[in-house]
Amino acid sequence: MECVFGLVGDGFALVAADTSAVHSILVHKSNEDKVMILDSHKLLGASGEAGDRVQFTEYIQKNVHLYEFRNGIPLTTAATANFTRGELALALRKNPYFVNILLAGYDKNIGPSLYYIDYIATLHKVDKGAFGYGSYFTLSMMDRHYKSGMSLEEAIDLVDKCIIEIRSRLVVAPPNFVIKIVDKDGAREYAWRESIKDAGVSAA
Amino acid sequence: MARYDRAITVFSPDGHLFQVEYALEAVRKGNAAVGVRGTDTVVLGVEKKSTPAPRLPVLLLHLLLSSVRKIVSLDTHIALACAGLKADARVLINRARIECQSHRLTVEDPVTVEYITRYIAGLQQKYTQSGGVRPFGLSTLIVGFDPYTGVPALYQTDPSGTFSAWKANATGRNSNSMREFLEKNYKETSGQETVKLAIRTLLEVVESGGKNIEIAVVTKEHGLRQLDEAEIDAIVAEIEAEKAAAEAAKKAPSKDT
Repeated sequence: MECVFGLVGDGFALVAADTSAVHSILVHKSNEDKVMILDSHKLLGASGEAGDRVQFTEYIQKNVHLYEFRNGIPLTTAATANFTRGELALALRKNPYFVNILLAGYDKNIGPSLYYIDYIATLHKVDKGAFGYGSYFTLSMMDRHYKSGMSLEEAIDLVDKCIIEIRSRLVVAPPNFVIKIVDKDGAREYAWRESIKDAGVSAA
Repeated sequence: MARYDRAITVFSPDGHLFQVEYALEAVRKGNAAVGVRGTDTVVLGVEKKSTPAPRLPVLLLHLLLSSVRKIVSLDTHIALACAGLKADARVLINRARIECQSHRLTVEDPVTVEYITRYIAGLQQKYTQSGGVRPFGLSTLIVGFDPYTGVPALYQTDPSGTFSAWKANATGRNSNSMREFLEKNYKETSGQETVKLAIRTLLEVVESGGKNIEIAVVTKEHGLRQLDEAEIDAIVAEIEAEKAAAEAAKKAPSKDT
């Protein structure tokens, strides 16, 4: 089941997520990217109801882009986090989106940051965070091994430790994960951790 | 005299919509703007009213104002320049930008240049037929690349809501003389040559120098890029040198005969 987690390191932030699209007891695919590159310097890792997740994150992304075109400067990560929280809070008492979000970003003069936003519109600025069943293992793993100012190498090592823990302790462990990072050079995919490959599909 | 131009846009007995014609007049009085389509670039140029050197207390305000550009991007691959009422432009640009993102959200594709032009022209037309509104005093030049085929495009819209595609065109103050210049001098160009043609066209009606001109270049790879004053000055100098050389070449043989 779903595992999304992230942490802040020295000059970068990172988000990792499982890539399984699951419905009931069926796995539909295992290469579903749940970490959106929101804009040039932001990552949005999301877990929750699959439809809500895509609808809500794209809605946020388009609004963030619109802001940038209107004003000529991008929103800061903090502003984006507050905007996202606001939209979730607004929807909460009407027809809520079931999405939990980890927002990672890098701002000039501020540096990397990570925000925890859940579907009931909680907003926290954190150094490390996680959602889903995987969080029961990754949070304790990060509590034990995380320290502030980790290098990229150390951080990836910790992410791998988390993934191993999920795979070995979670009954319904997802097979594959994607890791994305954001630093002064922008947001980008860093690596995949795959234990199974989706059977090749002929080009649609 | 019957007042067919007072309230909203209503036909006069001889078939004119005076408000639309006045809007066109506002465009003719607006700043000059030119657009040139190259093979791998599209260039927009506008005339910039140069303000006299500001006194120190006004300097900050001046800096803020001069950052208000007349060429704006609607999306990563589309730019717009306009002639006419700047205040109306803000409304139109805002609506177009929302449509660009909305289009992406609904169909997961960026807009094409034709689509957004059609949208803007449609909006302008609405304001000639709805009650209690006046037309936009704006003519826009919209440029960009088709996000899939990579074909460059240049479109123009006017206050009546008509739109058309062009290889090169001008609007605003003295647009006729610029269009005539383009008719005479237009060649299929690419890269820097396209930029040069746009600047040469503007120089027909605008005082020389980078502070009087604003240029934006759209390429498929890099999107919109605004040239800074020094870059424009360099190209203007180049053009003037060419002009002087051509002039000298013309004079020289006449002396021999």
